[in-house]
Amino acid sequence: MWLTVLMDIRRVGRDSVLVAVPDAATALAVFEECRRRGTDVADVVPAAETVLFDGVRDLEALVHDLPSWDLRPASRTGELVEVPTTYDGGDLDDVAALWETTTDEVVATHTGTEFVVAFCGFAPGFPYCTGLPDRLAVPRLDSPRAKVPAGAVGLAGPFTGIYPSTSPGGWRLIGRTDLRLWEPDRDPPATLVPGTRVRFVVA
Amino acid sequence: MRSLTVTEAGPLSTVQDRGRPGWAHLGVPRSGALDRPAADLANRLVGNDGSAAVLETTLGGISLTPSEPVTVAVTGAECAVTIGGSAVGYAEPVRVPAGATLRVGPATRGVRSYVGVAGGITVEPVLGSRSTDTLAQVGPPRLRDGDVLPLGDPVGAPAGVDVASARPFPRPALLRLHPGPRADWFDAPSLATLTGTSYAVSRESNRVGLRLEGPAMTRSREGELPSEGLVLGAVQVPPSGQPLVFLHDHPTTGGYPVVAVVDPDDLWLCAQLRPGELVRFSRR
Repeated sequence: MWLTVLMDIRRVGRDSVLVAVPDAATALAVFEECRRRGTDVADVVPAAETVLFDGVRDLEALVHDLPSWDLRPASRTGELVEVPTTYDGGDLDDVAALWETTTDEVVATHTGTEFVVAFCGFAPGFPYCTGLPDRLAVPRLDSPRAKVPAGAVGLAGPFTGIYPSTSPGGWRLIGRTDLRLWEPDRDPPATLVPGTRVRFVVA
Repeated sequence: MRSLTVTEAGPLSTVQDRGRPGWAHLGVPRSGALDRPAADLANRLVGNDGSAAVLETTLGGISLTPSEPVTVAVTGAECAVTIGGSAVGYAEPVRVPAGATLRVGPATRGVRSYVGVAGGITVEPVLGSRSTDTLAQVGPPRLRDGDVLPLGDPVGAPAGVDVASARPFPRPALLRLHPGPRADWFDAPSLATLTGTSYAVSRESNRVGLRLEGPAMTRSREGELPSEGLVLGAVQVPPSGQPLVFLHDHPTTGGYPVVAVVDPDDLWLCAQLRPGELVRFSRR
């Protein structure tokens, strides 16, 4: 796929651009292509429907070249990480109701899906995992919890996320894992970096 | 080991350098000194490389006692500086004897003072930076009374005092804006209001953002914006309509539209605005 078909490039400040893309998978593909090309940029931030190029050394060249970027499909060849999960989240019943199914079926669907980390955000090492179909998207909680424990596994929109550290949060919690997601002394410091394949397994 | 003891940490004092850009894709904020020119000046005055870590204070100042004689310089927010109770110069290299107390007084103009120390503060870097990130809790914790900070070996000679020229602190502060990326989410009267009136700095301001109070901006469209990457200086407009300018500890992504971005040359002013002071925006 050529990026030219999706061109919506917006200037951001003095030396950054925001590129609109149709979905998180394309954002990941743009991020990976940028890394392959070695574009001289301080930060590249893929997100749900955009990619931010922040601190671009040669902005004119990037804006000129972007339409000719030949995007490979977002990698399905990244490292596979299993996330042992105890499905006892406080919102599991609500998710089952929203999905119009049973909690057992929620667990079966969630463990039967291969996810890919499309991007990270919200907190260091917090992965936005894609893989569930859009029809299973769920709204965030109307009022966020003041304290969500580290390791909580939750759903918001079409994404599955895992809280790397204790924080406030509005995702619908379906379970928890003991997997450590964030260790600053390690390289990379995040366990689930963009492009990583993820399988949730019953702990 | 040469070291510096924090005898009185003040309300919020942190170690800061030029931050840790390059990790935003993992959700790690950039962090770093909010008033970069002042931090750079502090380093220059004591003969450090610009990448050395300095101390950043917030309104209340800090007291420090070195284990060995050291050269220091205080820049940024204006304040009284004393060594062993005797007044010494602001924004010039001064020598602190071993065991003497350097007192950086409360800010008399501006918010954040910087203390450069010859050799730099050499706490363990995290992801390539010694900066304290108050949002993501990356890097060293904020300073507490009694902390002992390691110092590096001085590399350069202290500069002459004549290199430090006073900066104007214009009031109201004028921040130049680059419009976009989401200016199209707001109606024309709101955009005119943003650049046509003054906003007051809110007490809720911190290292994450300069929060402003004034005429509310109204959106020209309904709906939610999917979270997208944020840059330093982004002027985000949450549902309240009150704009905020993201500073160095900003989150890497955000879900409210960014109407404009403050020019990098004006960001130091955002670091030095006190609650209640006025800000005006102009289109760059």
